[in-house]
Amino acid sequence: MENFEFINAIVLLSNFVIVPALSYGSQLALATLSLTIIYGVLRFSNFAQADWMSFGTMATILFTWLFQSIGITAGILPTALLALPFAIIVTALFCLLIDRSVYSFYRKQKSQPIVLMIVSVGVMFILQAVVRFIIGPNDRKFFDGEKYIVHALDFKNYFGLEEGLTIKSTQLITVIVALVAMISLFYFLQKTKLGKSMRAYSNNEDLALLSGINPEKIVIVTWIISSILITTAGVLYGLDKSFKPFTYFNLLLPMFAAAIVGGIGSPIGAVIGGYVIAFSEITLTYAYKKFFVYLLPENLEPSGLMQVLSTDYKFAISFIILVIVLIVRPTGIVRGKII
Amino acid sequence: MNEELRTPVAFTVMAILLAIVGFTQSWSVSLSVINLCIISSIMAIGVNLQWGYGGLFNAGVMGFTALGGLTAVLVSHDPIYEAWDKAGIGIVISAIIFVLTVTALLFVFRNIENKQIRNTLIILIIVFGLIGINNFYGPSIDIIESINPAKTGFLGGLGLPIIFSWLIAAVVAGLVAWVIGKITLRLRSDYLAIATLGISEIVIAVVKHEDWLSRGVKNVSGLDRPVPYEIELQQSEWFLNLVERINFSKLEAIQSLSSRQDLLNDLVIDSSGIFVKLCYAGLFFSVLLLIFYLSQLALNSPWGRMLRAIRDNEEAASAMGKNIFAQHLQIFIIGSAIIGIAGAMLTTLDGQFTPGSYRPLRFTFIIWLMVIIGGSGNNLGSIFGGFFIWFIWIEAEPLSIGFMNLLAGGLEYDNPLRMHLLGSAAHLRLFIMGLLLLLALRFMPKGVIPEKIQKK
Repeated sequence: MENFEFINAIVLLSNFVIVPALSYGSQLALATLSLTIIYGVLRFSNFAQADWMSFGTMATILFTWLFQSIGITAGILPTALLALPFAIIVTALFCLLIDRSVYSFYRKQKSQPIVLMIVSVGVMFILQAVVRFIIGPNDRKFFDGEKYIVHALDFKNYFGLEEGLTIKSTQLITVIVALVAMISLFYFLQKTKLGKSMRAYSNNEDLALLSGINPEKIVIVTWIISSILITTAGVLYGLDKSFKPFTYFNLLLPMFAAAIVGGIGSPIGAVIGGYVIAFSEITLTYAYKKFFVYLLPENLEPSGLMQVLSTDYKFAISFIILVIVLIVRPTGIVRGKII
Repeated sequence: MNEELRTPVAFTVMAILLAIVGFTQSWSVSLSVINLCIISSIMAIGVNLQWGYGGLFNAGVMGFTALGGLTAVLVSHDPIYEAWDKAGIGIVISAIIFVLTVTALLFVFRNIENKQIRNTLIILIIVFGLIGINNFYGPSIDIIESINPAKTGFLGGLGLPIIFSWLIAAVVAGLVAWVIGKITLRLRSDYLAIATLGISEIVIAVVKHEDWLSRGVKNVSGLDRPVPYEIELQQSEWFLNLVERINFSKLEAIQSLSSRQDLLNDLVIDSSGIFVKLCYAGLFFSVLLLIFYLSQLALNSPWGRMLRAIRDNEEAASAMGKNIFAQHLQIFIIGSAIIGIAGAMLTTLDGQFTPGSYRPLRFTFIIWLMVIIGGSGNNLGSIFGGFFIWFIWIEAEPLSIGFMNLLAGGLEYDNPLRMHLLGSAAHLRLFIMGLLLLLALRFMPKGVIPEKIQKK
């Protein structure tokens, strides 16, 4: 069965590297998009963005529980998808409330971006407290519906291979939802009048104001788009893995890394950055031993695990990449805003 | 309020708060709070040098604190000779290969113009460097970690008194800051924050997972102590006499000999704890005074004026011929060195090194709060901020529980809402911190003790 070896190797790689990285990358790309939109329009690095993600996910979980308790489910799909629009509304309203009461003051004063960033640290503290207060700091799973689309065992039996491929339904949902969200965002930014005025405002505030764009409207739309993206990203991540406020807070770092690697302020860059970070995290910590055992003749088989970095450093990888990008090409892959 | 009066009033209020804890809870608790307050103040001065004087947003405070803690372990722990004998050479060789690789990389990066040749060379150097390091490194750490893993399982340290580590921590943190600064200081301010936040996470990842160096999450405990142990005090003659003399009147009042002896024993146990904490407080306070004095000198020197000029108007300072990058690098190194000292002091006070306990919230953002609320650009402000915010951070918990009890006052004992409210009381402290920061930024953006602008 010489030629099956190659297929086995590919299936193995898809199962453990490509599929997980694709879904994690989509989640990260959505989250990074929201970060980058805030950065592009409101001009500050929002340290609270990861906690907006927990907030949105928490709202979704609460709505999911409500729907489940009155007997509404989405059949084979997770109920959370039904709850998502309601949670987005709540998150957007809370975002706008915080903007009114906190950020708008500094916008009027034309404060430096660094001041707004410190303000966002304060918002971060408050959001963390609110989320932990309402739902608690523990791990929660809120997935229901059909779990697998392709199951490893069925796959093996069907194709007669040694390696199985698992595709969880959440992974497929993630990729589809993320694609839909990204396409509609790019359509909105490029084709609609509101999207164009947003880009104009981001590009040159004074010129945009002169041409009659209402800045308050832009700010409101920005927060709404940001809440849609970040809540969706958080829910997809939570469905795929689980929801825990501290884990979500830790996603802030990969999000920033993705934004800078892709080119901060650039939406396309955010998407690319998200996938780059996700793929590097997973490809660099995967042990390729079995993969090479399939591919190479027996006498060349590797003795070690064939792992570039131990999984302990998964978390640090996004930053190692960030540091390399900062040294080699500080503007990011797609040239973003001027540094 | 009159600006002149602010400093004395702020510190008096702080003293009263600490005294209230002393009277209502206990003096031992109050002293523990004070010790951590002093360490926090030192960290805040470090951050204040960077932010208040230099305008640099360093979000990697946690990383430098952990480096200081690691240094305390590496300086004071006894060396594990067995590990050095069996595998020390492998570690040394991999360190040498690492240094050689980095030097070669830098050399290629600087001296070879042709892009293609440069990139091929860089990739070749990295691949060979990794292969070389892996050859020696992997096997050596396996050996080191297998030697008595329950107790040591790492290389140990130098076996010097732990007080030395405070100085060495400054050097280590300064060196790391030099490397980080070289990479990040040319970036815009909020990039610097993100980059330092990330690098501090890398530092923590290394400290947590390189067991041969720091025992990782298995922690290093039982570190050397610069002050006497309680049990030694309780057995020494002079201490017993001292306690007896201080509490003379209290002891006199008791008639029965046996109950007088009991009271004396209790007093001796209590006072030995307090005495140890006082020793720490004295040590820490002298470090704080020294650092404060030196930073004030620096602030009022021509160098300090130049830094503030750069902070307030980079272009103008640059036009005057000041090298902005070099000055930023200097202040970044000095500030980080001070944070490193505080990190080593913290590990000394704890008597153990616990890499798992380093969280950005506790070690980075809280310190920032201290600087901003205290008054950025003013060292006295940072000291006050260190005391005040740490005090709130500690006392927020009992206060929140009290507050929740008040909220849930009318509810029955096992009411689920009441249980939830009380269970969540701990999270209220995050809320208080966030609210304090937002209020300060809005209504008191210069802090409690604002920067003094001197006009000559």
